[in-house]
Amino acid sequence: MSSTSVSMTVNGQKVSKTVPARTLLVTFLREHLGLTGTHIGCDTSQCGACNVHVDDKCVKSCTMLAAQADGTSIKTIEGVAKDGELHPMQLAFKQNHALQCGFCTPGMVMTAIDFAKNHQNPDEQEIRNHLEGNFCRCTGYHNIVKAISDGTKAMHNK
Amino acid sequence: MKPPLFEYLRPNTLEEAIAARSAHDYSAVLAGGQSLIPTMNFRIANPTVLIDISRIESLKNLSVEDDQIIIGAMVRQRAVELNNSIYKANPLVRETLEHVAHVPIRSRGTVVGSLAHADAAAELPALLIASGGSVVVQSASGSRIVEANSLFKFHMTTTLSHDEIITEVRIPSLKSDSGWAFQEFTRRHGDYAIAGVAVILNLASTGECTSISLAACGIAQRAVRLEESETLLKGTSLDVNSIKDAALAAKDLVTTADDTHASNEFRRHVLATLLQRAIIQAKSRAGKGW
Repeated sequence: MSSTSVSMTVNGQKVSKTVPARTLLVTFLREHLGLTGTHIGCDTSQCGACNVHVDDKCVKSCTMLAAQADGTSIKTIEGVAKDGELHPMQLAFKQNHALQCGFCTPGMVMTAIDFAKNHQNPDEQEIRNHLEGNFCRCTGYHNIVKAISDGTKAMHNK
Repeated sequence: MKPPLFEYLRPNTLEEAIAARSAHDYSAVLAGGQSLIPTMNFRIANPTVLIDISRIESLKNLSVEDDQIIIGAMVRQRAVELNNSIYKANPLVRETLEHVAHVPIRSRGTVVGSLAHADAAAELPALLIASGGSVVVQSASGSRIVEANSLFKFHMTTTLSHDEIITEVRIPSLKSDSGWAFQEFTRRHGDYAIAGVAVILNLASTGECTSISLAACGIAQRAVRLEESETLLKGTSLDVNSIKDAALAAKDLVTTADDTHASNEFRRHVLATLLQRAIIQAKSRAGKGW
C-alpha cells in the first residue's frame, strides 16, 4: 500500500504521521488524531458536516486527501473555543438554539466563522446563500441564520 | 468512504509531472480534487497513480494579457471569481463561477480541473465554449493549444491523451460594448445544472445583433455550442419573436435521457426558457459596460 508522510499544524499543534496515501483529511482528523468533532455526513462534499479551515479558508475535509494538507495549518471545531470560553459564534448558536441533534453544527460553525470574517453586516439573504453547502435536517435553518447574524456582529464588536 | 488504492506523487516541477504522466498509462492529475476525489470515493474513477500538481509554482499564474485571461492549472475558482481584473476583462467568468458548487468547494477547486473533468452538466465548459477560449496542453512531445470546441468528448471525458496535462486555460476578454449572461436551473443551489446557458453578444448602434455566441450545459453528453440558434439571431434586432424561434430551435440539441431529476421533455422546455431569459438579459447589458 502506498504511504505518505504528512506534517501539518492542527489547532496550533504540530503533527507528523505516515498514513496510507488514500487517507482523506477528515479520516486523518477523526481516526488518526482522535478529533471527532469534524463529522462525516455525505462523503461527497454536499453537506458541509466535515467543514474545517485549511490556511484560514473553509473547505470540505471529505474531498481532500490528508496528503494535500501537508504543510498547511488546519483549524477544526475543537480549536475554536479559547481558554474554556466559547467562541462568539458558538455562543450565538447556543443562545439562538441553532441546533437540535447537533450533527451538522461543527460544520455550520466553521462555515459561519469563515463567512463572518469576510462580511461585516450581512443581511439574511447573504447568510442563506452562504449556507447552500451546509445541510441541517432538524432546524429548518431559521435559528441558524439568526445565530450567524448575531455571531457575526459579536465577532466584529468584540 | 475511501478512494481506491493509488500511488501518490507530488512533483515540484512541470517537467517531473509530465515525466510521471508519460510513465503511467492510468494516472490522474490532482489539482483541487473537488471533482476527482468524490469521483474516486464513488469508485467511478480508479487511477493507479495520482499526480498532485499543487506544488508546481509555474501553474499558479492568473493574469490578463493581450485581451485574454490566462488561468494556470493550480488557480482556484474562488481566486478567479473575486479578482477584479478578471471581472473587468470578462464579467461572464465571475457570473458563471457563482453557479459552480459552493464557496468551500470553489476555495479548493480549480478552473482547469473542472474543464479537465468535463462533466456534461458543469458550467465552466459552457463558459469556455461561449467565450471561444482554449487550453494549453503539454506532454513529453511538446505543447499544443486545444480550442474549446474540440476539447470535450463526452461526459467526464476530454479528447486529451493519457500523457497530457492542461497547464492553463485562455479565455478572451469581452469587448467593452458586449452583452453577457449565464443562467441555469438546478434542483438545489450549487448543484450541477439541469440546464445552463452562456450568452455573449454584440449589437450595432442600430440595435442589430452583429455577433452572438451561445453554449449550453446539462443537456447532452457534453457542453455544446448552439450554432443554429446563433445563425437565427445574427442580423436580427433580437426582438421577442426572433429570440423565441432561436430558443425553440435549440430544443433538438437536448439528448439527455430521462433521469431522476428531469425528463428529456422537461429539459427541452427548461433550455428554451433559460435561453430566452439569458439572451434578453445579455441584450439589456450590451453597450453599457460594467
